[in-house]
Amino acid sequence: MNYRALVIGAGISGMQAALDIADSGYEVILVEKEPAIGGHMAQLSETFPTLDCSQCILTPRTVEVGQHPNIELLTLSEVVEVERISADQGDDGEGQPGFHVRIKRHPRYVREDTCTACGDCAEVCPVVVPNEFDRGLAARRAIYIPSPQAVPAVYRLDPDACLGLFPLACGKCAEACEVNAIDYDMQAEIIEEDVGAIIIATGYELYQDEAIVAYEYMSHPNVMDGLEFERLLSATGPTGGKIIRPSDRKVPKEVVFIQCAGSRNPEHGVPYCSKICCMYTAKHAILYKHRVPDGQVYVFYMDIRAGGKGYEEFVNRAMEEDDTVYIRGRVSKVFPTDDSVMVWGVDTLTGRKVEIAADLVVLASAIIPSSASRQIAQMLGVEVDEFGFYNADDAEMTPVESGVPGVFLAGTGLGPQDIPETVAQASGAAAKVLSRFQAAQAEERAREALDTSSSGDETVEANSVGAAARSDALSVTEAA
Amino acid sequence: MGIPYFPGCTLSTKAKNYDRSGRAVAEALGFPLEELPEWQCCGATFPLMLDDSMALIAPTRILYQAQQAGDRVTTLCSICFNVLRRSQALLDRDEEMLDRINWFTEEEYEGDVHVAHFLEILRDDVGWEGGPESLAERVKRPLTGLKVAPYYGCLLLRPFEEIGLDDPEDPHILHDLVRALGAEPVDFPYNVECCGSYLIVKEPDVPKSLAKDIVVSAREHGADVIITACPLCQFNLDYPQRETKMSRAGEQLPVLYFTQLMAVALGLPEETWGFEDHYVDPRPFLARVANSP
Repeated sequence: MNYRALVIGAGISGMQAALDIADSGYEVILVEKEPAIGGHMAQLSETFPTLDCSQCILTPRTVEVGQHPNIELLTLSEVVEVERISADQGDDGEGQPGFHVRIKRHPRYVREDTCTACGDCAEVCPVVVPNEFDRGLAARRAIYIPSPQAVPAVYRLDPDACLGLFPLACGKCAEACEVNAIDYDMQAEIIEEDVGAIIIATGYELYQDEAIVAYEYMSHPNVMDGLEFERLLSATGPTGGKIIRPSDRKVPKEVVFIQCAGSRNPEHGVPYCSKICCMYTAKHAILYKHRVPDGQVYVFYMDIRAGGKGYEEFVNRAMEEDDTVYIRGRVSKVFPTDDSVMVWGVDTLTGRKVEIAADLVVLASAIIPSSASRQIAQMLGVEVDEFGFYNADDAEMTPVESGVPGVFLAGTGLGPQDIPETVAQASGAAAKVLSRFQAAQAEERAREALDTSSSGDETVEANSVGAAARSDALSVTEAA
Repeated sequence: MGIPYFPGCTLSTKAKNYDRSGRAVAEALGFPLEELPEWQCCGATFPLMLDDSMALIAPTRILYQAQQAGDRVTTLCSICFNVLRRSQALLDRDEEMLDRINWFTEEEYEGDVHVAHFLEILRDDVGWEGGPESLAERVKRPLTGLKVAPYYGCLLLRPFEEIGLDDPEDPHILHDLVRALGAEPVDFPYNVECCGSYLIVKEPDVPKSLAKDIVVSAREHGADVIITACPLCQFNLDYPQRETKMSRAGEQLPVLYFTQLMAVALGLPEETWGFEDHYVDPRPFLARVANSP
């Protein structure tokens, strides 16, 4: 077996798994399709229930991943093909199972080893497009770095936004670059690797479909999803943490949060609960109130699901200390008015219809699996459920094992969950990889010992060698 | 080719102008409405109790009459449409119920008449725009510049699983019609809100207050007229405008059946329009269109 692991996805779970394996002395190839690592956690303002600054607790990890001698980080890359090597056709001649992986690395058009991230290129770039990292609330240039804390700290040229690469139409960024890091001729490359284990940590996206139509999500600037609101709250976000609404940059004084936007809605959305929304909506309410003390928050909820250490207390804090009005009922409609948006809902505890003229509406949109999940599952022979979440082999007893030997699962690709759960799962998946490697290594040593023994009673020899190998394996575990 | 037609009670009494304009439009477009030779009230509400076979007798008898005339039946009234379409859907999945009703009525309804709203025939058989026979091509007097607020109400669209005519949250079938007639559809947030329906009889203040919201919203969004496909919606939006604050000069909005607007656009004779039966007289609003050659 090749004692290297492949981790697909470099959000918090992929990073945690990669670090655990790399710290144990094994090599990891970490593949991320975005230009920078950190996933959605990098976009968050604060985390619940501690209100830690998300960037502050994440950045040490991203930096460690970027610098770790045992981690080979491939950004802007996708796994395109996986070939299983079965026990009898192992390429090392020893007949060990593993995977032969082809990874497509898309061109960055900026040399990672040369770029100093000075930003001279972006200053001269004439193209302005929405910044994905800020969920479109701010603009970026065609050559850009997703965020100031991005790892790798390297610019990237977006070939779709650029005025033209083939033939070159502009060329200003290369002229401005003093270290000659820009290479317009960079091509996609296929990297081939052999690995002994794979962890899938492809994460989630937010539902933006049908059910959201009634909430004007697609059409009104003052209706946004939770991740957009995170960017508004974030000190490194487009407003520097100031709460202003997109339509006219006024401070919104009446803010409506709609939980279960698309979740728990078998008719028009997804039937499952997205699990983290009750908590992050309470967090949004608290953080908003801290920034706009004279503002009023309304939260429409179906019921509060705050299972977790300190979670219930956190929601109570939003209600009691920050005067958030929780209304049990669903919103039927959100529509534009002259000034902003009208929200219609029902308070099922009083049986009354509720109308709120809101300055800003924030949807706690349903979590759905990353769009790549089905393709990756198919490539690796892993099962997905009807929504595209990976199925564990046994959800109770082997929650991070996929059912395919050597392929493990972690993070929100398995289903909606919060950061602590995701991190714990990632460490669990990493531990599974380590035990797979060490068991195989112990077996290898046992076989070698057998081969070298030439004389005497073979049965006795084999037994004693087996015992030695077992104690050897134990000591390796202790060392790790 | 003619299409079997179930007018229903309201279109034979209070909403004759809907019936008259609908027949004229159908005739002009080449699918004359052939009234079922024998029919009675559809019951006007779809029974919500699962075992209420009694309330299904009336709609089943209408479907049986339609079966004698062809494989489909059309109606203009949203309420009749809702009752017939849902009854048909229920009989389609509940054979036992069908047998029970047939046993009682001593008629053999076979259970496969398609109930099509008039709008569905316009959309699927005639087509809005494009083809040489499409509605847009038949317009003789394009309603250019007229801002029309399509009001859908509830029964034309809901429940989607059984009605399936259009998206109940974000419908566009009347918008498409308005566009084909050369007018401009006006989107307003109340276009799928309830008008109060039968509460006009028992609790008239409820529909009056709902109507006020609906009409004021349509006006604020720039509408010249409201169109609807339901006689009860038409009444509930039109009638209260006589007496509420909305009735101040210049603040009224006429409420038309979509067929009336079509009759004007297709250049049909004035006697088919039926504008004299409205509380808010549509004629001044349509004057500039009607006077144009």
